[in-house]
Amino acid sequence: MGIDQEQRQIRCLVAKVGLDGHDRGAHVISRAFRDAGFEVIYSGLHRAPEEIVQATVQEDVDVLGISILSGAHDTLVPEIIDGLEEYGAFEDTLILVGGIIPDDDKTELLELGVSRVFGPGASMDEMIEYVRENTSERE
Amino acid sequence: MSELIQELLDGQHRALARVITKIENRQPGYRELVKQLHEHTGNADVIGITGSPGSGKSTLVDKLAATYRDQGLTVGVIAIDPSSPFTGGAVLGDRIRMASNIGDMDVFFRSMSARGTLGGLSTATTDAVKALDAFGKDKIIIETVGAGQNEIDIVKTAETVLVLVPPGSGDDVQMLKAGILEIGDIFVVNKADLDGSDRTVQELREMLDYRDGRVPGTVGHHGATEMDVSVDGNSDSGGWEPQIVETVAERGEGVDELLATLAEHRQYLDDSGEHEIQQRQRYAEEIRTLIREDVNELLTEELEAQGGLDAFVTQVIDRETDPYSVSDRVVEPLAECMDQLKD
Repeated sequence: MGIDQEQRQIRCLVAKVGLDGHDRGAHVISRAFRDAGFEVIYSGLHRAPEEIVQATVQEDVDVLGISILSGAHDTLVPEIIDGLEEYGAFEDTLILVGGIIPDDDKTELLELGVSRVFGPGASMDEMIEYVRENTSERE
Repeated sequence: MSELIQELLDGQHRALARVITKIENRQPGYRELVKQLHEHTGNADVIGITGSPGSGKSTLVDKLAATYRDQGLTVGVIAIDPSSPFTGGAVLGDRIRMASNIGDMDVFFRSMSARGTLGGLSTATTDAVKALDAFGKDKIIIETVGAGQNEIDIVKTAETVLVLVPPGSGDDVQMLKAGILEIGDIFVVNKADLDGSDRTVQELREMLDYRDGRVPGTVGHHGATEMDVSVDGNSDSGGWEPQIVETVAERGEGVDELLATLAEHRQYLDDSGEHEIQQRQRYAEEIRTLIREDVNELLTEELEAQGGLDAFVTQVIDRETDPYSVSDRVVEPLAECMDQLKD
């Protein structure tokens, strides 16, 4: 394999924000993404929004998957999106939210710029397919 | 100059991140970017850290970065994790330990995966270091699992190599014999609060004393024997004597001492002229690698044009030809071109 052969790979950040210690879902998704051939960076538990912003910008990920089960999504997600905008990283990052999100809040998140919300029961294949279809070739 | 490089030089984090992505992906045009970076490099100190999984590399890197930040220095970190040879996927977990630098953009942390190419990774790492260097980082830390030759090649691109050794198991020290012992400038016995760390330090010291099969403390190993260098702890020899430092990275113990030893090594490199030698070797190696890979690519095309590897293999198995003749045939056009150019 030549040194100049293009080796593009989808990079994802799987993020746990705020006071929420439930990361089974985040682990399962990290593994599924890995097995799908993605490069997955897992944030670890209890991250502040600014850490997620820092990681998203520095790692230059295609996908940011935020897992929130604490109900604090309506404050944490906007903070993250503001931070991404500040660094010019909002436009070409696919933002996904997973967890327990009430329908009203879901609409709100989508309006803010979240691409899609995956609730309980979402299938892994569906998620992987969605990521593949929506990560465009970036300039 | 490309806009992206201008943005990088202006200190935009997003541009730095994007340049590294292009380097990693080998995206069309990345060579041009790396070319433009070169003239802005040469100012950062590059530290390589390796060691077995679980020896505490990431935690130590976190503490080192935090301490450098306290001194007002900026830091870049490249952390390399293996990827699956089957799917190419990877979980890059080193970032989890970066707890001391929350939201501090002046610590630029980047996770990279091996992506399964031999040689390609060390090239990508070297180029990513250039990006961080040109961006203006004072200290650049490369962190990798010391598992194979590929990884050892990567840390060798650093000016100072740290090898982490967890205490308590003589077997671990035994493992170090193969390759890793020779590349370490500083050995860190991390988790030094655990039982057995004294013994590990002692075993390590013995092995270092006898490395390269020499008599302890008399001969330099970097070829600087004729220079009279007096560096603390290294005054009895012309070369650098590998140092052993004990740390408890999680609590930050021993980090200051480690930093002092790092500074000492850096001072030694400058005073002995070793830094210049290192630099020459590094660039020579880089040029060699690039040429090898570029030529390889040309010849891969030629191989395809002549019918492909598979066809040749079949002929070899059928005893119609042999591997040497195949190689001669594939390389011939290139040799002919060169002959013509000479005339």
